[in-house]
Amino acid sequence: MAEPSAATPAPAEGASLTRDDVAHVAHLARLNLTDAELDLFTPQLAAVLEHAQDVEALDVGDVPPMSHPFPLVNVLRPDEVQPCVDRDEVLAVAPAVEDGRFRVPPILGEEP
Amino acid sequence: MSGSAVPTTAAAIANAVRAGEVSAVDVVDAHLAVIDAHEAEVHAFNEVLHDHARATAAEVDRTVAAGGDPGPLAGVPIALKDNLCTRGIATTCSSKILEGWRPPYDATVVQLLAGAGAVAVGKTNLDEFAMGSSTENSAFGATRNPRDTAKVPGGSSGGSAAAVAAGFAPVSLGSDTGGSIRQPASFCGVVGVKPTYGAVSRYGLVAFASSLDQIGPFSATVEDSALILDVIAGHDPRDSTSIPEALVPITPTLGDGVDGLRIGIVSELMGEGIDPAVTARVQAAAEAFEAAGAKVGEASVPAVTYGLSAYYLIAPAEASSNLARYDGVRYGLRVDATADRQGSGPWTTAEMMAATRTAGFGAEVKRRIMLGTYALSAGYYDAYYGKALKVRTLIARDFDAAYEQFDLLLSPTAPSTAFGLGDVSDPLTMYLNDVCTIPTNLAGHPAMSVPFGTADGLPIGVQILAPALGEPTMFRAAAVLEAAVAPLAPTWEVAR
Repeated sequence: MAEPSAATPAPAEGASLTRDDVAHVAHLARLNLTDAELDLFTPQLAAVLEHAQDVEALDVGDVPPMSHPFPLVNVLRPDEVQPCVDRDEVLAVAPAVEDGRFRVPPILGEEP
Repeated sequence: MSGSAVPTTAAAIANAVRAGEVSAVDVVDAHLAVIDAHEAEVHAFNEVLHDHARATAAEVDRTVAAGGDPGPLAGVPIALKDNLCTRGIATTCSSKILEGWRPPYDATVVQLLAGAGAVAVGKTNLDEFAMGSSTENSAFGATRNPRDTAKVPGGSSGGSAAAVAAGFAPVSLGSDTGGSIRQPASFCGVVGVKPTYGAVSRYGLVAFASSLDQIGPFSATVEDSALILDVIAGHDPRDSTSIPEALVPITPTLGDGVDGLRIGIVSELMGEGIDPAVTARVQAAAEAFEAAGAKVGEASVPAVTYGLSAYYLIAPAEASSNLARYDGVRYGLRVDATADRQGSGPWTTAEMMAATRTAGFGAEVKRRIMLGTYALSAGYYDAYYGKALKVRTLIARDFDAAYEQFDLLLSPTAPSTAFGLGDVSDPLTMYLNDVCTIPTNLAGHPAMSVPFGTADGLPIGVQILAPALGEPTMFRAAAVLEAAVAPLAPTWEVAR
């Protein structure tokens, strides 16, 4: 996959999503797209973003953002030890384990 | 069969099993027989739990025989959407990426249902990770609408809606992020409820968009959904978004009617893009409410017209974050076959993760992940995600203003009746199915779809909306509509 540019340009007025944008986003999301998928997804995603222009164009000034339906903040529980899911049962359904831990391939690409 | 008739509603089944008039095993066997006879035509299930269901039912019967009470759902067969974790039973989200995964724990709702005596009969098909409006985006093939198998059942909880419509189970559970319970309920001619955000624990529901997801029931009758919701609602310390106060029980006031209630038709959801056959049924529902003593007027909730756009920025943004966990490390699929890499050295973890996600996710899930990643990325965050969150505030404010004048609101559930399998391939056209249901999720309110007639033989649901925690009033109105237009019988009846 081509190395994407580090800096993402700010959206221009009415800018449409490009094939390079989709390739960049796919890389960020750890998805390998084929050329055919890039050709398919680019206009589809552009159409959704174009529909969202009504929101982008809206003057919402100092309206506070709403990230959650109800203002529950700092939900705490008593600091007491509770039973939790069994480690062996969790590891039993993992793709690869070793010495009671999840096993993964080399992180940096060196010889194992 | 032991010769005793098997009742068809959850309420009647529970009463009969508790009284020892019919055995839970007979009830379950009768439903499994319908499933075995017709599941091939519908494909409602990813897995039918024959042995598990019979063993659970036998346990219920032993409790009754010993003089105990198995609970308010004694012996009631229930189908569970396959994004609800069931300990030791495959939970796939209809995705290849969770292939072979058996959760080490039960969702809170699964525990509550079991504790009330219900019997899980199967895990139902869905659009992969609940992303879709037709149940065609499943790695295991589409579900068909039992009312007309050339049509989709709606989605994403299409398997759960189809299971009830077919007669495979009197009740089922789905999840609703932007309409995924209500739209399939409308398409399949059953009752479907999206409760107040936080009223039902999300612990063990595989997350799609955490600030929008809610679990809720499907049923043939209004009473059966009330019965289920009364069991599954309640505070759960394992869900930090669970609201502290319990939902007021719904069943006791179900028959109280709508006399004197003020009900507003949402004018913004009655125009462009809505099939006239659908708006005609909403008008008919308004007349039924008036005949029952309600004052019906026109309500305006202007910001709902921005709901779809805001939703398709917020939900994918949350999904892109939630689905980052599927990376081949802790569960499900892992793709790291060195042979596929054309001899360029061992795989790195990053390459394994990308290969796993590429092979494991379907096209619609990839689209949403990319949309969300884009909306959250540097330079676009304020223009898209940040703006959408502000629009969410506007929608909530407009609902609040409407609820100063009205006790309940009324609208279509879906813009049309069920469409044909394969008829909608463009993603944006598919998203437009959710235009009437999305605003409720953004506001965190409850809403439900109630079957209210048909057009060309296909069911039409109308949507009743209520302010937060307004479920008891919402259900009273639903019962009034059910009294005006009798619920549709399941496509296939259990043996009497």
